[in-house]
Amino acid sequence: MSAPLTLFEKVWRNHEVVPESAETPAVLYIDLHLIHEVTSPQAFTVLRERGLRLRRPERTFATMDHSTPTRTEQVFGGAPISVEAAARQVRELERNCAQFGVELLGLRDARRGIVHIIGPELGLTQPGKTIVCGDSHTSTHGALGALAFGIGTTEVGHVFATQCLLQRKPRTLALNVHGKLPAGVGAKDLVLAVIGQIGVSGGTGHVIEYRGETIRALDMDERMTVCNMSIEAGARAGMIAPDQTTFRYLAGRPRAPQGEAWEAALEAWRQLPSDPGARFDREIDIDAAALEPMVTYGTNPGMVMPIGGTIPERSGDAVFAKSLAYMGFAPGERIREHPVNVVFVGSCTNGRLSDLRTAASVLRGRKVASGVHMLVVPGSQQVKREAEAEGLDRIFIEAGAEWRESGCSMCLGMNGDLVPKGHYAVSTSNRNFEGRQGIGARTLLASPLTAAACAVRGRITDPRELL
Amino acid sequence: MEPIRTLRSRTVVLAVNDIDTDQIIPARFLTTTTREGLGRHLFADWRFGPEGAPRADFVLNQPQSSGCSILVAGHNFGCGSSREHAPWALTDFGLRAVVSTQIADIFRNNALKNGLLPVIVEPDTHRWLLEHSGAEVTIDLEARSLTLPTGETARFPLEPFARYCLMNGVDELGFLLGREAEIAAYEARRAQA
Ligand code: SF4
Repeated sequence: MSAPLTLFEKVWRNHEVVPESAETPAVLYIDLHLIHEVTSPQAFTVLRERGLRLRRPERTFATMDHSTPTRTEQVFGGAPISVEAAARQVRELERNCAQFGVELLGLRDARRGIVHIIGPELGLTQPGKTIVCGDSHTSTHGALGALAFGIGTTEVGHVFATQCLLQRKPRTLALNVHGKLPAGVGAKDLVLAVIGQIGVSGGTGHVIEYRGETIRALDMDERMTVCNMSIEAGARAGMIAPDQTTFRYLAGRPRAPQGEAWEAALEAWRQLPSDPGARFDREIDIDAAALEPMVTYGTNPGMVMPIGGTIPERSGDAVFAKSLAYMGFAPGERIREHPVNVVFVGSCTNGRLSDLRTAASVLRGRKVASGVHMLVVPGSQQVKREAEAEGLDRIFIEAGAEWRESGCSMCLGMNGDLVPKGHYAVSTSNRNFEGRQGIGARTLLASPLTAAACAVRGRITDPRELL
Repeated sequence: MEPIRTLRSRTVVLAVNDIDTDQIIPARFLTTTTREGLGRHLFADWRFGPEGAPRADFVLNQPQSSGCSILVAGHNFGCGSSREHAPWALTDFGLRAVVSTQIADIFRNNALKNGLLPVIVEPDTHRWLLEHSGAEVTIDLEARSLTLPTGETARFPLEPFARYCLMNGVDELGFLLGREAEIAAYEARRAQA
């Protein structure tokens, strides 16, 4: 019998065109290459300059999300895209995809959305695949048991031309989560707590496999939230073994295998979970039952605490002090009850249907506090349609929130959806870096449940108060 | 790419931990479709005030930084997004190496592909460098070493293939294209399975 292998090792092994040696990295085959308007143009330019074509255009799939408008009149109404440079990027992607034969979900396509939302939604993302994209949150797709990671634009060019990447094999980290998540505590709180524990560079050089009964009990949307933020712990990828939850999610999706191919795929996917006795380079245990709703107070996702907690003191740490000064907070301060100016529900972390349902459950019959600007941006056009079919849009609009077309929007503010300088934004996205949501913007990362509770009260609120 | 064997320069120190890619180049500058000219947006929100005037208190704006091609930064440099605009902005600005105790995975990969050396040193060496801004240091790729003006030498890890490419000006795409036979064989094997 061969040695027990981890999920990651199995997927890696299946994609080795040439294994790594002391001198050279492995040549790794890429099954699915997702591209978008921001990190692809320079890679297409390289192809043109060198007279190359795409080796496997059918394995490349394009969408536009990062810099696209979310205002309906700019997407569908013929109004000009307000950020002119973004409009240029959109046109350039259209031109590149047409010239190189890449399937593109254009601005008005009913299937368009944030790249990490639509991959799983369309069934393109599948267990056991290698998936890359010029975007660090490609780790999201690992929730379905794929090996998925972000690459730079030079590597986008490598995949275009050869369908392969040169890669050193990363180390493995098992994150074992046990216990039942308490009421009001969700996948976002879990992953924020993990980052708080291991730090923003704690996963560097590793692929994380999330394991244990708490992970098994999560639905697919929640699993994607967890894997999405693996990169915020420095890990290249996060993975979860495929199981019945995964198979049920994928069954019947447009790009998932159908009929006999589906049966064959299931057979192969069932072989993927880590073998009993498989060894990881590191293991960490987390007790989910002890978790609370989490919120960040600083300028990286590792600066996080339970929502009722106090900001720690780190005397002599100038960087920590600078971060708190940017946020307008002080050591020893409680931020519960601190006023909030903006609430953003959306992004590839928390822009799926279940996230919108959660937020809507808090807003139903309530109002967004006066003076608070709440923006709800579905992760894809399909999420938008499904939410509207359930009447979630009415709940948001009646509560006083804005309801938009899909895209990255205020997660990184490339399209003009920005948090004003100095304002406090409770955001369901993944990065609270300085200026991420606008120059001088102060971002507090939280779950959709917490974000909605903060919107209703206009203050940092423990969502359990409103349950 | 130009081969690089050694690099000798004074250092510029940015003693901030976890400098993320949004600081190196904010997202609003990613609407470009070329890779040129990004140096003028490097650390834009730290370098320039609200009206666009350079901030006198930011190290890269100070006269002693001019001509320095080695950046010494706090722990965990380059975390965050996969934007290659970050190393493009750094190299366009004239930087050739970043020294830290840890450098984020994707940034490190991107840096290597653009002739920007990611140099990871032990805490002791790092502390010395943080305390001696402007020190003249030498980075030797062959020896994988960084030599301080005190004569002390620290070794740093560098993936052998990346080092080979840097030292010989080899581009990885050319190498991968040369693996055509293996790639085709792999695809044929998969098609049969
Ligand atoms: S939603 Fe935010 S994190 Fe996700 S892909 Fe878009 S910009 Fe990146």
